[in-house]
Amino acid sequence: MEEIYERLNHVFQDVFDDENIKVNENTTADDIEDWDSLEHINLVVAVEQEFGMKFNMSEVTTMKNVGDMAKIVQERKTK
Amino acid sequence: MKELEYPFDTEYLLKNKKKMKRQLLENPNLLEKNIAILGGSTTSEIKNMLEIFLLNYGIKPNFYESEYNKYYEDAIFGNEQLDEFNPDIIYIHTTNRNITDYPTLYDDEKTIDEMLNNEYNKYKKIWEALKNKYKATIIQNNFEYPFYRLLGNKDASDIHGKINYITKLNQLFYDYANSTTNFFINDINYVSACYGLDKWSNQFYWHMYKYALEVPAIPYLSFNIAAIIKSIYGKNKKALVLDLDNTLWGGVVGDDGVENLDIGPEVPQGQVYFEFQKYLKEQKSLGIILNINSKNEYENAIAGLEHPAGLLKKDDFIIIKANWNPKNLNIKDIAEELNLGADSFVFVDDNPAERKVVYDYTPGIATPEIDVPENYIRIIDKNNYFEMTNFSKEDLKKSELYKDNAKRSQMMATFDNYDDYLKSLKMKAEITSFKPIYLERISQLSNKSNQFNLTTKRYSLSDIEEVYNSDNYIKIYGKLEDIFGDNGVISVVIGNIKNKDELHIDLWIMSCRVLKRNMEFAMMDELVNQTKERNIKTIYGYYYPTFKNKMVKDFYDLQGFTLVNEDEDGNKTYKLDVLSYKNKNNVIEVSK
Repeated sequence: MEEIYERLNHVFQDVFDDENIKVNENTTADDIEDWDSLEHINLVVAVEQEFGMKFNMSEVTTMKNVGDMAKIVQERKTK
Repeated sequence: MKELEYPFDTEYLLKNKKKMKRQLLENPNLLEKNIAILGGSTTSEIKNMLEIFLLNYGIKPNFYESEYNKYYEDAIFGNEQLDEFNPDIIYIHTTNRNITDYPTLYDDEKTIDEMLNNEYNKYKKIWEALKNKYKATIIQNNFEYPFYRLLGNKDASDIHGKINYITKLNQLFYDYANSTTNFFINDINYVSACYGLDKWSNQFYWHMYKYALEVPAIPYLSFNIAAIIKSIYGKNKKALVLDLDNTLWGGVVGDDGVENLDIGPEVPQGQVYFEFQKYLKEQKSLGIILNINSKNEYENAIAGLEHPAGLLKKDDFIIIKANWNPKNLNIKDIAEELNLGADSFVFVDDNPAERKVVYDYTPGIATPEIDVPENYIRIIDKNNYFEMTNFSKEDLKKSELYKDNAKRSQMMATFDNYDDYLKSLKMKAEITSFKPIYLERISQLSNKSNQFNLTTKRYSLSDIEEVYNSDNYIKIYGKLEDIFGDNGVISVVIGNIKNKDELHIDLWIMSCRVLKRNMEFAMMDELVNQTKERNIKTIYGYYYPTFKNKMVKDFYDLQGFTLVNEDEDGNKTYKLDVLSYKNKNNVIEVSK
């Protein structure tokens, strides 16, 4: 799980172009300035690419924080 | 930026766009343009991607984005914000998601025709409204095919099929495009087919975010829009510089001998190279200049080109460099001999090391990663280097024009006195006020000229039309022909009349293919002539330096103007007392 968070952190830093970002399981869109619904799409695409998996629609709509995201990633990642 | 050339890694682009934007904004000399995006679905990421592709072409866009799905309202009912924004380009991003009515099996032919016309007229109304209000260029999507076929294969041929309906609607769009200037179709039907329609139409992105295409496909869409825009602003490539061995034919002519080269219909490898030569020949027919840059003995290179099964012959090329010099030096020489910037070249070589040395030493040149021979055409073509928007008859003759220039250089060598040489060319010029048939060419020239360009001001076709229709301008074009051929319209001057007796020169450009022919003096003679007719006393000339127009930094000194002011950036203001001017041209016969 630690490794997942580390990789997630990299993805967040790239997508929001901010090296100071540190995510944990409780991080939500409110904690990151540029994280709006439009940027969320890019984040989802980037995370899918990083871990070689896909989120389905109901997951994207119900994920509440980075912890939820990490859990799905852990179940389904292929790389 | 290599990352922004086809084939690209779309995930990388989406993830790193902010970083790339930051880097691209550091480039000097970006051309600023206002681009309005009127969307029939979400456009946010389309805008972001368009921005980095345009920055990569040297265009810095400011954006207006309509509210979600308000393309129709913005166009028809007007919008103060949009008025204030004053767009140069309006991109209308509509897709088959915006088609409201489709035929059903119960509809007869007449009903379907009416439905089709209603749908088309809705768009026509949008375009006409925008044209009346703004002098912007309009870019309109055609429609992509739907992702399902109710009638199966019949969907394409039967009038009740959605595919049939969309095909007819697209055709109406094309008819409009063909009869309208400053209006271009963005062919998402083709781009979605290349990308893969099922992936393109990924329903997840529609239902989640109201994107009419999947987000990873967006770079392809934006790249296609950027190609149209950079072409409008004269940022197309102009010439191909080609390697020979394993690029135009299989094998190494110097080692294998001409008879053993792979070219022609007998073997698959030969066919591949033959088709590539055919593609290049087609490019040439559109006015793209072909040149060679090969490490070979010259005789061997020519022998290879004379292979009976080859399609490209020695005469198809303007400049042939076959020697053992580093290829980046050859590129430099070719640029000088053609009087073109090397940044307008596409260098095609199968050897990655050669591509790299040319790329590293030649700012702005394209060196496509052409991969294996069967991919050469696709990779070059998909990069949209030569996107056609405003296509003039001059383009068709371009290769001949450059050939004529080569002949002139040979003739020049036989004269000791340069004036005698110029007189021997028996030059005839037409220098007079703008005429409607040349407006398109004039706009094209204003966007293409970088070197002999005093202010580097760009004019779209609608800008030129405005100048043409206004009394506040003196606007002159020059056409030049000589014993070797007709160069067409090659010089343009636009002066703005202020305070009744002052003329301020906004634009002075000349094509580099008529350098050192005294055409600029003949143009000045006519400019002064017209200012006198309008009782103007003083002409002001301006020189704004860019990294390309050094050749004209002393232009106004040579024309007899006096320097009034020069700021720390090298921007210079000159003036001329009209009455003191004496005509300078004595080698060109001028008519009006």
